[in-house]
Amino acid sequence: MGSQAATDIMIRLDNVTKTFAGGTRPAVENLSLDVGRGEFVTLVGPSGCGKTTTLKMINRIIEPTSGRIFVDGRDALAVPAHELRRSIGYVIQQIGLFPHRTIAQNIATVPLLLNWDRARIDARVAELVEIVGLEPGMLTRYPSELSGGQQQRVGVARALAADPPVLLMDEPFGAVDPIVRKRLQQEFLNLQGRLEKTIVFVTHDIDEAVFMGTRTAILNVGGVLEQYDTPETILANPANAFVEDFLGGERGLKRLALRPVSQVGMKRGPVVDVSAGADEARRVMNEHSVDWLGLLDGDRLLGWVDGSQLDGGDLRLLEPRPFLVSLDSQSSLREALDAVVTSHARVAVVVDDGVYKGMLDLEAIAEEITE
Amino acid sequence: MILAQETALFDWEWVGRNLDSIWERTLEHLALTGVALAVGIVIATGLSAVALRRPRSYTTITAATGLLYTIPSLAVFALVAPLVGIGTSTQRFITAEIALISYTLLILTRNIVTGINGVPAGVREAATGMGYRDGERVRQIELPLALPAVMAGIRIATVTVIGLVTVTALLGLGGLGFFILDGLRRSIIFPTEIVVGVALSVSLAALIDISLLGLGRVLTPWAQDRGT
Repeated sequence: MGSQAATDIMIRLDNVTKTFAGGTRPAVENLSLDVGRGEFVTLVGPSGCGKTTTLKMINRIIEPTSGRIFVDGRDALAVPAHELRRSIGYVIQQIGLFPHRTIAQNIATVPLLLNWDRARIDARVAELVEIVGLEPGMLTRYPSELSGGQQQRVGVARALAADPPVLLMDEPFGAVDPIVRKRLQQEFLNLQGRLEKTIVFVTHDIDEAVFMGTRTAILNVGGVLEQYDTPETILANPANAFVEDFLGGERGLKRLALRPVSQVGMKRGPVVDVSAGADEARRVMNEHSVDWLGLLDGDRLLGWVDGSQLDGGDLRLLEPRPFLVSLDSQSSLREALDAVVTSHARVAVVVDDGVYKGMLDLEAIAEEITE
Repeated sequence: MILAQETALFDWEWVGRNLDSIWERTLEHLALTGVALAVGIVIATGLSAVALRRPRSYTTITAATGLLYTIPSLAVFALVAPLVGIGTSTQRFITAEIALISYTLLILTRNIVTGINGVPAGVREAATGMGYRDGERVRQIELPLALPAVMAGIRIATVTVIGLVTVTALLGLGGLGFFILDGLRRSIIFPTEIVVGVALSVSLAALIDISLLGLGRVLTPWAQDRGT
């Protein structure tokens, strides 16, 4: 990640400085930053660190005082600003949908500016509605008739409309409630998995920054770049005291939040098929030194039974209790840890589409973080 | 000359005999109003453009148009008439229009500026960020969004002007105001003529106000509650 070949650089900030009129100190001073093609870079830092100023200089909503900016090989300061902007998707916290235009018209904004023909625009709008998970019935409505979460989906669809290679996002999920935000974040990551855009994403929330980004740039007041690396590396090895302080406590937990369960070697655990005999059941329990047993029917996990319920009879006659929390392969190790400490059996059970994958215990999770 | 019958409180026969004249004066009333509004909108748009580009000038513009708004209409005629002259019908028309237009400017300018300034900052930034040029953004995004405020201003200005047109009767114009003045000028006051002038003037104002309200709704479907 750290060393990108020159041809693979999508956005390059070269010694960029911005001093606002009347400002005594520059908002951003001599900042150099490369963003590779297909990278998802999050800019994060305390207020006054110039993260939003940096973002807005890329599409020239704010003109830099000095320095050079390249987007997709072009000198961004040498092309007309409106042309540059039509090739860059832009999503902001206030969303900024046009209230007097329907959802369809809002999504079609940039294609209309680029004079696409009617049929092509209609086809693209229909495609985007599907991509961002809106209902086609919403297309004829006005923005005020949609919820905040729906409006932000439209905002994302509008930014993607002309299929720009670059997306700039300024705290895009900052105005929605935490539950919707979590869902939009996950959805957007899934979307990015398919689209592979080059994204620069500003946030003040370090958890969001490390969760969303493939690389995270931590900025200090005045646009000073303190560390620019993968979230894993930053959390494991903060470059200095400022970064360490900004990351806050629970760095171990934050690292766990970044890793999916699928990366960890799962154990089969104390489980037997319901067709097994009572002896086999006892043997498995002894082997794992537990007094409970998971029951499988083929690859389906039925639940668990207490050791005292085993009376030597047919396992099929028992009534297994379900595991209260079950994860899938995409769940994070942090969620797995939560499942472990809240379950009686002290394990996290992983099931993908009804198929039992295995289980994790505290030891397996701790190994991941200390390795 | 129009003859009066002294006895009746409201003389329907007089109305019947003067239908042509009533129609003519109604059209004159509409013409005086329409021209004042049209020119007023053009000037107010210019003033608004200046005020929006140079926010500091807004105070001056508001003060100046506010002053025009507070001068009594009779005084405006008295001030303008010597400058323009009232010898020909064209001169009288221009004198009348200058007075009428001056009353629209404060309301129209203020509402246009308020409407444009009311466009949410996020909408403006999104439009710029999507690649609208300044002029495109003003025409396609900001003006349509300012329309409810602008229409409200046009309605108030229109109703104001329709009332003021009656005063231009003093210049021999006046639209329906002619009947009011004529009714008052007779040796014995003729109520029928005054009532016709007042009632039609008020009805005209109400009718046009409602029409503009309807037009505004048609033009801004997004600002209406669609009950969803």
